[in-house]
Formats: sequence, structure tokens, C-alpha cells
Amino acid sequence: MTAAAAVTSRTVAREEEKRPGLAQTNAKRLLWLLVAVAVLLAVIVASIAIGSKDIPVSTVFDAIFAYNDSDDHAIIQALRVPRTILGIGVGMALGMSGALIQALTRNPLADPGILGVNAGAAFFVVLGVGIFGMTSIQSFIWFAFLGAIVTTVLVYAVGSVGRAGATPVRLTLAGVAIGAVLSGISSGITLLNPTTFDRMRQWGAGSLVAPGYETIWATMPFIAAGLVLAMLMARPLNAVALGDDLASALGANIMRTRIGVVIATTLLAGAATAAAGPIGFVGLMVPHAARWIVGPDQRWIFLFTVVLAPVLLLTSDILGRIVMRPGELQVGIVTAFVGAPVLIALARRRRVSGL
Amino acid sequence: MSVQDQPQGINFGRPIRAVRLFGEAVSHRVDLKTVTVCAILAVIAVVVALITISSGEYQVPLPDVVRALFGQAEGRIHMVVVEWRLPRTALALILGAALGIGGAIFQSLTRNPLGSPDIIGFDAGAYSGALVVIILLQGGYYAIAGGALVGGLITALMVYFLAYNRGVQGFRLIIVGIGVSAMLNSVNTWMLLRAKLEVAMAAAIWGAGSLNGLGLDRLGPATLVLAVLIPMALLMARPMAQLELGDDAARALGINAERSRLALLVIGVALTATVTATAGPIGFVALAAPQLARRLTGSPGVAMLPAAAMGALLLAAADYIAQRAFAPTQLPVGIVTVSLGGVYFVWLLLREARRQ
Repeated sequence: MTAAAAVTSRTVAREEEKRPGLAQTNAKRLLWLLVAVAVLLAVIVASIAIGSKDIPVSTVFDAIFAYNDSDDHAIIQALRVPRTILGIGVGMALGMSGALIQALTRNPLADPGILGVNAGAAFFVVLGVGIFGMTSIQSFIWFAFLGAIVTTVLVYAVGSVGRAGATPVRLTLAGVAIGAVLSGISSGITLLNPTTFDRMRQWGAGSLVAPGYETIWATMPFIAAGLVLAMLMARPLNAVALGDDLASALGANIMRTRIGVVIATTLLAGAATAAAGPIGFVGLMVPHAARWIVGPDQRWIFLFTVVLAPVLLLTSDILGRIVMRPGELQVGIVTAFVGAPVLIALARRRRVSGL
Repeated sequence: MSVQDQPQGINFGRPIRAVRLFGEAVSHRVDLKTVTVCAILAVIAVVVALITISSGEYQVPLPDVVRALFGQAEGRIHMVVVEWRLPRTALALILGAALGIGGAIFQSLTRNPLGSPDIIGFDAGAYSGALVVIILLQGGYYAIAGGALVGGLITALMVYFLAYNRGVQGFRLIIVGIGVSAMLNSVNTWMLLRAKLEVAMAAAIWGAGSLNGLGLDRLGPATLVLAVLIPMALLMARPMAQLELGDDAARALGINAERSRLALLVIGVALTATVTATAGPIGFVALAAPQLARRLTGSPGVAMLPAAAMGALLLAAADYIAQRAFAPTQLPVGIVTVSLGGVYFVWLLLREARRQ
């Protein structure tokens, strides 16, 4: 980056901190939300139409509303639609778990990937697959939940010891360290056994390819429950943003909020990881974009995150299908390439501020 | 009693002896505590190495191991000890020492206990470089080593410059390292997915950092290179300590700051690169060894010799665990060091927190 560009980005960052958001009235926010929903619908149609075999948009609608047994319709019903539904669910779950962790820890760099939650879920899945020989998602999804909650609690506990409490820096360091240990042990277990290694290298890239509806039925109830719980936490989290003392003075129950957020994060991150493998950076980027549009109110941030996160994930998935035709790039690889520069740009801002 | 009567100068509570050889031609101040700690660490490292050599599918009693090492055993014991097990264990010792010194140099230059090659992306980059050679070009050992070097150097430079914003600050360095490593890891995953299962698995074991199956053919070149690099590094120990005072103070003490820094940087990179080329990226030893050694010696900054002894001990112990934990299956040693290193890191965080 040149010096001039660095200066500009710094000025922009400073303005961003002052500005309440692009949309300053609820009417404008609603308008933006409608735009976002329209974009999501367009991306959904594109995700069904674009692939190694391109299908015209009119056929997409026919396949859903007037199904006949042609090849195109079969592809759409058996492969593209489940993949897109999975993308919507996993996207919502990842984005929301990121928004929750960022709000709770008041840490702009928080993300289930950076804080080691995905690594924890993945570690327990590796345990299930490698040691207990599990093959179906119904059995190892419980391991993913267990891993997610154990890691979340552990990282939070290690990061918040001492009088300074859970500062962004300490939480991040704790997450990185614990994540490194867990992924180290995971790769140790996978390297012991070629079958496990082969299964885990597919899953470990992060991919939405899961033919049929089995994965969707296994994970969607948990994601739905997590989303509802997350929405209930929006108001208390607004109070928590003012600091713990002020929040309890305003009548928020801090302990209950924390427990609720941890449970919701666990449900969301665990289900998403079990369904699609460890996908990073969606939970980091989307809440930032949402905050940039609507300002600091968590209720609006959560709403926008739910709509925008699937847009990001599906777009990345479509990109992965386009760039290597007729092959595919796993969506986790694409999000890493989109998200890592965003992370670096955030870290380069002068002040890595608390929220 | 005047100051002149005290040849040792001000007493900082650390017993120091001056060693002079050949009249005044060679003289050096020796910190007794540092020397004691180094000696103890080295002895423990050698003991751990001997235990590693003696244990395995075919148990060799310790006295027989020692006899075989002095060339007084024949037949089967000689073959098992000297030809099969010694090269690997000797590699663990010298590569550990190299990692310790390399880590000390990086941490001193960046003035940051986190400025180690694994954090600044060297390892992820080396893995990418090696994967390109293994999977896309089907290269041999020296080609892999070359690919790893190029990949590691480019990545480390990239991370350093991306993190540079009016100086390199520790936290930013880590975050940028995480970001760049995440991108490279996704490239690595993609390359592993494209390869055949056997190739991918061999590459993954290399990428974890492994001493398994390394024999005399690797010990020879590594020993030769490190026999040159380690003494060169130790000769730069004093300029390194003086550079920690800041460039101006170092210059006032007669150090050519720029030239010394460049020399140290080259030596540090070369040490880490030699290890990576020999055994793959072995994480966390370079991060932990200098800091653990500093705590034991109670010295004000990171120092090379204690870091080397500590690194040798850490890698020898990790190699023992890697061989014996899931015997007869052998783990890559890098997985053990990453796990232990992460635990150390968490302990460090807890300790720092309590002190605040």
C-alpha cells in the first residue's frame, strides 16, 4: 500500500468511528433492508442457475413451480436447491455467531474462526470421525456442539482472567493459542489413519456440497433455534455495549445475557461447522458491513447480518464455481481469500477499538 | 574503598567471572547463573536423547547405548543405536538448538516476544512453497527445500510489510500473520485436495514438521550448515544485546547498527530455513525456547546460548513424545510442539493477566 492510500484509509476509518451509520432514520434503514432482501433473492436465483452447467433463469422458476422430469429440473431439485438452502442457513449461522461474539466481547476482530470456536468444533468432529468411526452428520453434529461450547467457554475464561477483564487483544490471543493446540491435535489424529485423513481433508476445506436434504434436516432446527435466541439477546446486548456497570443499572441481567449469547453462538457455530466444515471470516466481515450501514443498534445489526451473511456466502460459493470451471473451489477457500484482506485492513487501522 | 578497587564494577547481584585466555588476547565476561542453567539444560537434553535412543520396539539398556555410542558395541546393537536411532535424535538436538537461536534473534530484533517465525507466517509460507514443489512439480528433496525457503521468505516479508504502519506493533503483527496464514492455508488445503491420497498424506506429514525416517543423509548436510551458522550467530550475541538498547546507544557503543541488524537477520532466517528444509516447519520451539530460557536465567533480554540449550531440550523431549505416545504409530514431531507450545502460550497469558 502506498503512503497516500494508507493516509486515506486512516481518515476513512476515523470518520467511520464518528459516523452513526449510512442510514440514520428507521425509514431509511427499512429501505436498505428491502434492498438487501432483494439482493439476497437475486443471489439465490443466481446460485441455482450458475454452475458447471448453466441453466436459464426461466428454467429455474419452472423447476420449482412446474416440475417435469427433464435433466435440468433434476439437477436443480437434487443438487442446486439443497446446496443453496444449505448456503442460506450456514451463512445466517456464521454471520450471526460473529455478530454475537463481537457484541458480547466488544471486540471488532472477534469471529468464531479467530476465537478458535470453529477449530474446537472441528476438533471434536475429528475425534468423532477418527476415533469413534462416525460417518453420518446426525451423530457427529453433537460432537460439533460440544466442541464449540467447550472452546467458547475456555477461550472466554482464559481471556478474561485478571483485573483488566476480557480485552480484545487478550481474547484474540487466547483464541489463537487454543485454536492452534486443537488444530494441532486434530491434524495429529487425522494423520494416524488414511481413511480419516481423506474424509477430513474434504470436510476441512469448508464446502456446501452435500447432495440431498439429510444435512439440511439435521442442522436447520439448531440454526433456527440459535437465530431466535440471538434476536432475543439484541436488546440486552445494546445495554452491555455501555459497559457492565451501566448495563446492570439499566436493568439488563448481565449473567443471563452472557449465558444466552454463549448458547446461541454454540448452536450457530456448531451447526454451521458440522454442516459445511470450518468456514472462516463470514462472521467477521458481515457484522462490520451491517454496522457501517445502520450504526450501533444491535437489533438492526442482527437483522442486516441475517440477510447479508447468506449473500456473502452464496456469492463466494458462486465465485468458487465460476473461477475454476468445470472444477470448483470450495467456498471456505473463497471466503478466506475475500476475508483475510479485510482482517488485515481492520488490523492496520490506527486503533483496534472496543465497540 | 574506591570503585577502582572493584574490578567487577557495579554489583547487580549477578555473580560474574571474567575469563581471559592468551594473556589479554581473548577475554569474556561469564555470567555464572547463565552458564549453570545452560549446562543443566544441556545435560537434561542429552539424557532425554539417550532415553529416546534406548526406547523403542527393540529396547536397548542405557549402558549399552552409551557403549554403542563410543563404538564399543557390535552387531545388532550398533546397528540399532548408531545407524537407526542416533541420526534422528541428533537431528532433534541440533535442529532444536538452531530453532532456539533463530527465535532469540527474531524476538530480539523485533523487540517482541511474539516475533517468531511461526507467528510471522514463515511456516505457512514454507508449507505452501513445499506443496507447490511436491504436488505441482513433483520435485525431490532439494527442490522441496528450495521451494520451502522461497515461500517462507516471501511470506515473512509480506507479513512484516503489511504490519508496518509507523513501526511494527506486536498485536498488529499477529493479526496480519493470522490473515496471511489463513489465505495460505486455504491455498494449501486446495492443493492437498487436488493431489492423490498418498501424495497428499506425505505432504501433510511434511507440513506438520516431522523427524520420522530422517537418516544420516539428512544429518550430514544439516550438521555442516549449522556448524557454520551457529558459531556465526554466537559471535553476534553481543551486538544483538547492544542493539536492544536502541540504535543510537548501540552506535555510541561502537556497533554498526544497520550492518549488525542485517547480519543477524540473515543468520536468523538461515537458521530457521535450514530446519524447515530438513524436517519441515516445526512450530512453537522458536517462540517458546528463548522466553523459557530467559525466565530460568533471569537475564534482562533474550540470549542465544540459553535459548539454544532450551530449544534442544524442547525438541528432544517433543521427539520422544512423538515416538512413544501412540507407539508403534509415530506422530510428526511438529504436532507435539504445537500442542505443547499452545499450552505454554495459554499459561503465559494467564500469568501476564495475574501480574496486571
